[in-house]
Amino acid sequence: MQEETKHIVKSYDLELKRLRSLITDMGGMVEAQVGMAATAVLSKDSDAASRAMESDPKVDDMERQVEAFVIRLLALRQPVAQDLRMIVASLKMTGDLERIGDYAANVAKRSLVLQQFSLPYTLTGLSHMARLVQENLKLIIDAIGEEDAEKALLVWRSDEAIDQIYNALFRELITYMMEDPRNITPCTHLLFIAKNMERIGDHATNIAETVWYAVKGEPLTDARPKGDVSSYAVIRPGE
Amino acid sequence: MSTTMNVASEKLGMAAPMVRAAAEGMNEPRIAIRNLDFFYGSHRALKSINLEFPARQVTGMIGPSGCGKSTLLRVLNRMYDLYPGQRATGEVMLDGQNIIDPKLDLIHLRSRVGMVFQKPTPFPMSIYDNIAFGVRLHEQLSKSAMDERVEWSLSRAALWDEAKDRLNTSAMGLSGGQQQRLCIARTIAVRPEVILFDEPTSALDPISTLKIEELIDELKDDFTIAIVTHNMQQAARIADQVAFFYVGEMVEVGTATQMFTAPREKRTQEYITGRFG
Repeated sequence: MQEETKHIVKSYDLELKRLRSLITDMGGMVEAQVGMAATAVLSKDSDAASRAMESDPKVDDMERQVEAFVIRLLALRQPVAQDLRMIVASLKMTGDLERIGDYAANVAKRSLVLQQFSLPYTLTGLSHMARLVQENLKLIIDAIGEEDAEKALLVWRSDEAIDQIYNALFRELITYMMEDPRNITPCTHLLFIAKNMERIGDHATNIAETVWYAVKGEPLTDARPKGDVSSYAVIRPGE
Repeated sequence: MSTTMNVASEKLGMAAPMVRAAAEGMNEPRIAIRNLDFFYGSHRALKSINLEFPARQVTGMIGPSGCGKSTLLRVLNRMYDLYPGQRATGEVMLDGQNIIDPKLDLIHLRSRVGMVFQKPTPFPMSIYDNIAFGVRLHEQLSKSAMDERVEWSLSRAALWDEAKDRLNTSAMGLSGGQQQRLCIARTIAVRPEVILFDEPTSALDPISTLKIEELIDELKDDFTIAIVTHNMQQAARIADQVAFFYVGEMVEVGTATQMFTAPREKRTQEYITGRFG
């Protein structure tokens, strides 16, 4: 993290600091929410599921706070250069974090349905995926707080691994469904859960791009390896 | 006034590859400064300045007080000639001529490079004569041609509608914003190529300021414009190209968008974000 010179107007520094802490607080809330959602699925913990769902309105409220604060800063400070980039980035990141919160709440909801079924298979793949997603989320929230473009790049590059697990899960779950139609309901929920986790990873990479731009002043444009090929997958019974 | 790249480079007396606008989207240069130094006695106020002013675009010059931006403006129409002990070295090329060459005809230069100052400076005479005075120094016009020139100048300066019924009344009766537009009309009446603005709105209220900014935006269709301003938002609003000066050096030049979203130099960044000192 680059040491910044302070603004001549001290209150401006305080406001930017407050904006940053709003975003990292929101990030922390969302990170915890995703953790609870993962626990809800993997440990069949309905208490964790409730808490993950209850967090959602709080996350939404944080988003509104950030938006209002950003609009105020733009109107009153007319920021330029790194300040402008950081303020606009906050607006984008708060949107990504809010979506991550929505996905986490959806995972939690589906975990409650899933508890009604006894699964004939383990959730090792999903557990692995959830861990990677949470690691990326933690790393990107650190990157926001520390304005660390290199950490952001790390997140950006490591999303491919998450996509690959998702592809494997997609095939695996379809296979279970083909084996026994009674698997269709739980496996469909699991598929959505996996997709939600994968989307959380994607939003973390969006944030990574935003952090990179805010810090460096240039877009992160290298073609990022896109790992999710499930959109093209066709699996036919008997093949 | 429109020139191709090659004609421009010929006129500027330089090899074509040397002629390079500061950034994408900049026109070919109308004025090109090379290795310009300026001295107030023994004090070196400008240090090896290299800067091009793209034709029919606005170049904004920003920087803290004493950074040299007004000094540079004064070099561009040889204002410093009025003061002993002040001298410039290097090249300031305008249409193939080095305008700091002591042999240059100053009256002619100043008809090609007009200047508008911080405070409106109308002459204590009628609105009409404020415009006609300068024109008469350079051209012999018939009464009707002069009338036309006055109307054209006042119209271009967005003052005609307000002034047409009082052309023979004293210019001193105009408001500050109107006086400044009159000074702009007076400047363009001699049909210069370049107009220099030295903080033209710092003595004006916000609405008069916006009118001047709108006017500058219209004038750039015909003129190459350089403006010194302390108001960074103003530079952001009206300049195509922005140059940042600090203690006699030009630290950075780029498009207004680049300078205000992602400046390359730390000093620029710190200055425009209000972190200096």
